Amino acid sequence: MHPWGKWGRNFVEYGLSAARAALADAGLAWRDIQFVSGADTIRNGYPGFVAGATFAQALGWSGARVASSYAACASGATAIAAARAQILAGLCDVALVVGADTTPKGFFAPVGGERKDDPDWLRFHLLGATNPTYFALYARRRMELFGATEDDFAAVKVKNARHGLENPNARYRKEVTAEEVLASPMVADPLRLLEICATSDGGAALVLSSMDFARRHAGGGSPVTVAAVSTVTPRFPQTVIEMPNFATDSAVAVGDGLGPAFRQSIANAAYEEAGIGPEDVDVAEVYDLSSALELDWYEDIGLCKQGEAERLLRDGDTAVGGRIPVNPSGGLSCFGEAIPAQAIAQVCELVWQLRGQASGRQVEGASVGVTANQGLFGHGSSVVVAR
Amino acid sequence: MASTKTQVPAVEGWFSLDPPTLLGTRCRSCGTFAFPREAAFCRNPDCDSTEFDEVPLSTRGTVWSYTDACYQPPTPYVAADPYEPFCIAAVELSAEKMVVMGQVVPSVGVADLAVGTEVELVLGTLYEDDDHEYLVWKWQPTGASGA
Repeated sequence: MHPWGKWGRNFVEYGLSAARAALADAGLAWRDIQFVSGADTIRNGYPGFVAGATFAQALGWSGARVASSYAACASGATAIAAARAQILAGLCDVALVVGADTTPKGFFAPVGGERKDDPDWLRFHLLGATNPTYFALYARRRMELFGATEDDFAAVKVKNARHGLENPNARYRKEVTAEEVLASPMVADPLRLLEICATSDGGAALVLSSMDFARRHAGGGSPVTVAAVSTVTPRFPQTVIEMPNFATDSAVAVGDGLGPAFRQSIANAAYEEAGIGPEDVDVAEVYDLSSALELDWYEDIGLCKQGEAERLLRDGDTAVGGRIPVNPSGGLSCFGEAIPAQAIAQVCELVWQLRGQASGRQVEGASVGVTANQGLFGHGSSVVVAR
Repeated sequence: MASTKTQVPAVEGWFSLDPPTLLGTRCRSCGTFAFPREAAFCRNPDCDSTEFDEVPLSTRGTVWSYTDACYQPPTPYVAADPYEPFCIAAVELSAEKMVVMGQVVPSVGVADLAVGTEVELVLGTLYEDDDHEYLVWKWQPTGASGA
């Protein structure tokens, strides 16, 4: 990974740095890579739309095969899935996955230009609905349905800030008190500034290979495996209002046959593919776009029943040292979001955790980890890694 | 003071002015509603109908959730100067079994809202320029308690 921050440099630099670090970690040369899977950025012009080729050119054209993926916040996982599929199909032995972003200050605005048919443009124009608007709607639901308090939301930030202290790649490496969180300005009631993740520059990369290649090249010790990648779409009707929509689906045609909500289905698909359940998970990295959303994720990835997330938090279960640590990296609370790099960064953290290399924030004995994230327009991802 | 500006909808075809209603579509085959209007396809994966009726949606609903916008949203939002925060509500429409978002009328703050508050659809000003007042749908508490 390239550390997260806000330098306004070309996103390619961050991706290149991360790619080189991944190659060094794998003990490989760039010329060994047979397939480059890029995760796209949509706010950095044309080179961002073809990120795979852009990174390949930066590393130096080698004739490697390439794919570029955009899937909003799930772009990194989609890029992982593309590379993994090539390997599992026997079409290549070793692939490089890269994602990087350079982000504007403040709220994510829609991609430039007047686009009156684009729901993402219209929700800003007609409603003034920013991304925190949606996070806040979910947070308010937690308060009214499950008794979540502003203290709970602040406590998530405090926990994650403590985790991020020891993470050299985190942008924010500073302890924060609940008082400081609750004194930060309200942005979208009930969410305050320190409870909403920033937008960041950053880059992350992975080298993926077949098991056979890994055994032949690893210096001993068992490799960390990708046991599942889920990038499922929602099931109709989507009854929870989703960014950037004006309305949910209408459920009139469906009667009482409503299946699991979208976020739950993302993790369920990954568990099913990996042949595990949430009880097998030792450590998780989830998308804390807001600190309240982290609580939703505890339930959505099955760590507890709906309505019980606050209890898990209050009992200390999800802090490093607790029963099921969540976001030992510090999460988006400490990183901010670098969209195409983020899902890859989640997997990087789990790999370090499973290798015992996450010093200062190590989850002891972790052997199964799960990631989860969700983005606009029906995108989301979950990756299971195991050792 | 009466406005001499022409009132126009901020977006065409999404809502009627008199009476104020949201305009959705309803699939002739499976009855699924859509808002904003969708006349090219039915979102129901088990329905491939291409025939839809334009229908007004329910004008009353209950608040599913709500928040406010403490900071000025970025372009393309056109904010008044000075900026005045406003609330946004996601409102459950019972007949259509869907939730529709909208700004809340300016006089109402988060302290006045709760999950379950009954609201009705009204029109309000989104922004103005020299010649026009651009209207958009907004939710207004009816005063009846649904919580």
